[in-house]
Amino acid sequence: MIHKFKLGGFNILLDVNSGGVHIIDDLTYDLLDNVELPFGDKCPEAAVNKLSKTYSRQDIEDCYQEIVSLYNDKILFSEDDYEKYALSAVASPIKAMCLHIAHDCNLRCKYCFASTGDFGGGRMLMDFETGKRAIDFLLERSGDRKFLEVDFFGGEPSMNFDVVKQLVEYARSKEEEFGKKFRFTVTTNGVHLTDDMIDFINKEMYNVVLSIDGRKEVNDRMRVRVDGTGSYDRIIPNFKRLVEKRPKDRDWYVRGTYTKYNLDFSNDVMHLYELGFDQISVEPVMADPSEPYAITEADLPKIFKEYEVLSEKIQKIRDEGKFINFFHFMIDLDQGPCAIKRLRGCGSGNEYVSVTPDGDIYPCHQFVGIEKFKMGNLYAGTFDEEMKKMFAQAHVYTKPECKKCWAKFYCSGGCNANNYIYAGDIHNAHKLSCQIQKKRLECAIMMKAVKMLESAE
Amino acid sequence: MKHIKTINKANLKKTAAKGGCGKCQASCQSACKTSCTVANQKCEREA
Repeated sequence: MIHKFKLGGFNILLDVNSGGVHIIDDLTYDLLDNVELPFGDKCPEAAVNKLSKTYSRQDIEDCYQEIVSLYNDKILFSEDDYEKYALSAVASPIKAMCLHIAHDCNLRCKYCFASTGDFGGGRMLMDFETGKRAIDFLLERSGDRKFLEVDFFGGEPSMNFDVVKQLVEYARSKEEEFGKKFRFTVTTNGVHLTDDMIDFINKEMYNVVLSIDGRKEVNDRMRVRVDGTGSYDRIIPNFKRLVEKRPKDRDWYVRGTYTKYNLDFSNDVMHLYELGFDQISVEPVMADPSEPYAITEADLPKIFKEYEVLSEKIQKIRDEGKFINFFHFMIDLDQGPCAIKRLRGCGSGNEYVSVTPDGDIYPCHQFVGIEKFKMGNLYAGTFDEEMKKMFAQAHVYTKPECKKCWAKFYCSGGCNANNYIYAGDIHNAHKLSCQIQKKRLECAIMMKAVKMLESAE
Repeated sequence: MKHIKTINKANLKKTAAKGGCGKCQASCQSACKTSCTVANQKCEREA
């Protein structure tokens, strides 16, 4: 399988199964529309006749031989032979947990998938005992995995920060005994971040996600406080303080959501950058199409164009020798994750689970509150192994649309929760997400390929 | 080559042979939480 596209003045050719990326001229781009396997010794006469109006016969033949050569080298039209690996993670240990430390929030974001913080189940904070049981569950279920990830999530984790501290201390106290290393992350809206919390986060958290949507008017339209006022003025100084004090070797992101109201979201990315935030993730809201802020198919042309604009803006910054990182344009074309990792994405319900304040276990934070996806409870000592197996078996070869998609080894079957919520089944691709994802990937591949080409020349 | 410039090592197949150790980050834990992007994750296999 191949995928080719034109972007940024370049023709990019991706060989899906080898991961090969090629920059090609117009002749190759056109010729690939007119040849197919099996290849012969000479370019098919029909292709030559069709293209000879634009290109010389000798060039067409030479180009054909280059295509055949790359095919013989197995970096063009290479075979998909990964399906045999797809069953290897069925008995996978659990290595990551989203800990819902607070089902309460001090914001009332209008697009909140968690029903403004309580996930539809009433406002509640996790107590230490429940968190401790969650950490124990992870330790017991993690097999030979050394790095264990715990994300303090909400609602808003800063509303229950004493328990966050206690749980970090508890988990650290178990590291040596179990031969594990915890990697904590926290996702916060920044409203009540104190210096004490910032210092703790910067000391203990491997990654921190700071929620902000961008420009003041954009952020304050959706991310409102309980009294209806915007949060921007409150959170900016807190986020700046955290980032200024953060050790340089620790990860962090400002993370925004764009909606139908700001389809010009490249301006929000640039606004965050100009504020001094150079680690940025901004991504589309996922919402019921009836919501006024929801992104729909009709918005896609504008969104696609905006990602191109964003890639140009980011490239301009980099051309000036400055640093900016946009999460969804990050891609490593040589040393990225292995093919086996790429078969099933985030690992929700299999390698990754969420735990709620009352000890319920779900495949991930997005499934919380959907009763049929409740996997168990820490107090009852239950855990649905069959459901774990079902999630383990949800990979790109059991998702029909993914199996034939060029992007399958980059998005790895997409978000199971989005698939279920918006497409009815974890195996059904959520097409809106797919289309946006594919455009982001094209931009990311193009930017990286051009950079690698320039480095090589 | 005159018409085609290969940019990378195209080594996805090699990664399958030694892959699957599971030491890498769960992709949703990094900075998205509402979507899935795997190709930007780092391989953490110790050589």
